[in-house]
Amino acid sequence: MNLSELHKREYGRILATLIRVVRDFDLAEDALQEAFEAALAQWPSEGPPQNPVAWLITTARHKAIDHLRRQVMAETKHDEIALLIGHDEETTVPLDALRLIFTCCHPALASDAQVALTLRTICGLTTEEIARAFLVPTATLAQRLVRAKNKIRTAGIPYEVPGNSALAERLDAVLRVVYLVFNEGFTATFGADLIRADLCAEAIRLGRLICELLPVEHEPKGLLALMLLHDARRATRTDANGAIVLLEDQDRSGWNRAAIAEGAALVPQALRGRPLSEYAVQAAIAALHAEAPTARDTDWRQIAALYGILVGIVPSPIVELNRAVAVAMADGLEQGLALLDNIHLPTYYLLPAARADLLRRLGRHAEAATAYRQALALVTNDAERQFLERRLAEVSSP
Amino acid sequence: MQYMLLCYADEAQWERQAPERIETIMQEIDAVVQDIVRSGHFRAAGRLQPVASATSVRERHGALLTTDGPFAETKEQLGGYYLVECKDLDEALGIAKRIAATHPGGLIEVRPLRPTFRG
Repeated sequence: MNLSELHKREYGRILATLIRVVRDFDLAEDALQEAFEAALAQWPSEGPPQNPVAWLITTARHKAIDHLRRQVMAETKHDEIALLIGHDEETTVPLDALRLIFTCCHPALASDAQVALTLRTICGLTTEEIARAFLVPTATLAQRLVRAKNKIRTAGIPYEVPGNSALAERLDAVLRVVYLVFNEGFTATFGADLIRADLCAEAIRLGRLICELLPVEHEPKGLLALMLLHDARRATRTDANGAIVLLEDQDRSGWNRAAIAEGAALVPQALRGRPLSEYAVQAAIAALHAEAPTARDTDWRQIAALYGILVGIVPSPIVELNRAVAVAMADGLEQGLALLDNIHLPTYYLLPAARADLLRRLGRHAEAATAYRQALALVTNDAERQFLERRLAEVSSP
Repeated sequence: MQYMLLCYADEAQWERQAPERIETIMQEIDAVVQDIVRSGHFRAAGRLQPVASATSVRERHGALLTTDGPFAETKEQLGGYYLVECKDLDEALGIAKRIAATHPGGLIEVRPLRPTFRG
């Protein structure tokens, strides 16, 4: 394994172990950074060590000891140095990574700080990379990280896996961060920005790590499945010109079959969780789409039923909208249209867009054109606007 | 680590509560306080008189100004505090949640104390 792969896979785990040992975020980060730099300088000429992870942990620990020794108030740091020298572990401990994830996603930290801290510490992304991904100035993001680390220290945010009674709530917060990272990357792929597409990969990596660390929990499996199933279709969501391609028109041969198989296999396990998680239900819906050989073979009846369940878990007009579309495809366009009439989403362009699409399928072109115009008045994304304009032209031509 | 739990509430709404309801809330709070005394977390607590009783003293350009009222008019007012000794924020939040749960609209700001007065 080369060094950059090792960095991707092991950075967060090694850092987590170091933070427990040195009990200081910044010191652990600096020491690990230096250890990786030392590896970059030494391994190519001397050859990689037999156990690269152990080498990195040991080197980082020594770097941390050097740092502490150099500090002016050396006498007050004696205890810490003694503590560090006493630690001679050479492997990462899964529990450490889990502790670090729960610390980074602590609800006492602002949501954007949780995301930044998670990407910085668990994923090992640089401050510049994260800033670019979220389209904020590097200085802003650096400031966000500094504030978050200060709060961890001054407010006494623990470096611990929460106990049983708090685990569900805290796990929700962790999964929300992961899903946010994924969605940021997923919607951004319209911009054809590769750095942002990387966020999907980081989110999936995080999802896998959490599933591995909390094997009995069902909710992370649902989220991982959902992300894999969406990500499998990423390449076909836009054409060569960056224009949107709808699910029914996507080239299914371009879907990542391995990711679909992996995601679909997780769905039944995720659905066993109680209370049923929204991720599991959404993953089940995504699996039905992904496994249909053609758009015509889609099991809309089951999808409509799953949206019915989802409305019960997350009562939201956007879920109602999705359910109405599924009902239209399963039971008849008019029935779907009737459901759409009862949804109140005054500023959401997808509501008139969905109505327009059903009217178009029904051949009611004049009404469809009116609805497309309403959608165009609300849409903000360029690729989506172009798509609606294309459809409007279709239903307007005689 | 010591944490101050600052309890805010809408005084007007509090005063509209039936006396029996307030009695029930007080009993629930008493139970929480007895628990945290027993567990060793409790350091101090107090309830403040309504903001109508507040007087503010302020230094301005070398002069000392005394005015009627709280320093800021807000929808919710500081109504009391608990000082607790906890191992970390999660423990303090656990206590804050139990107190906040005793009455509707309860809001508690949890603030760590600096380790020393000067530091």
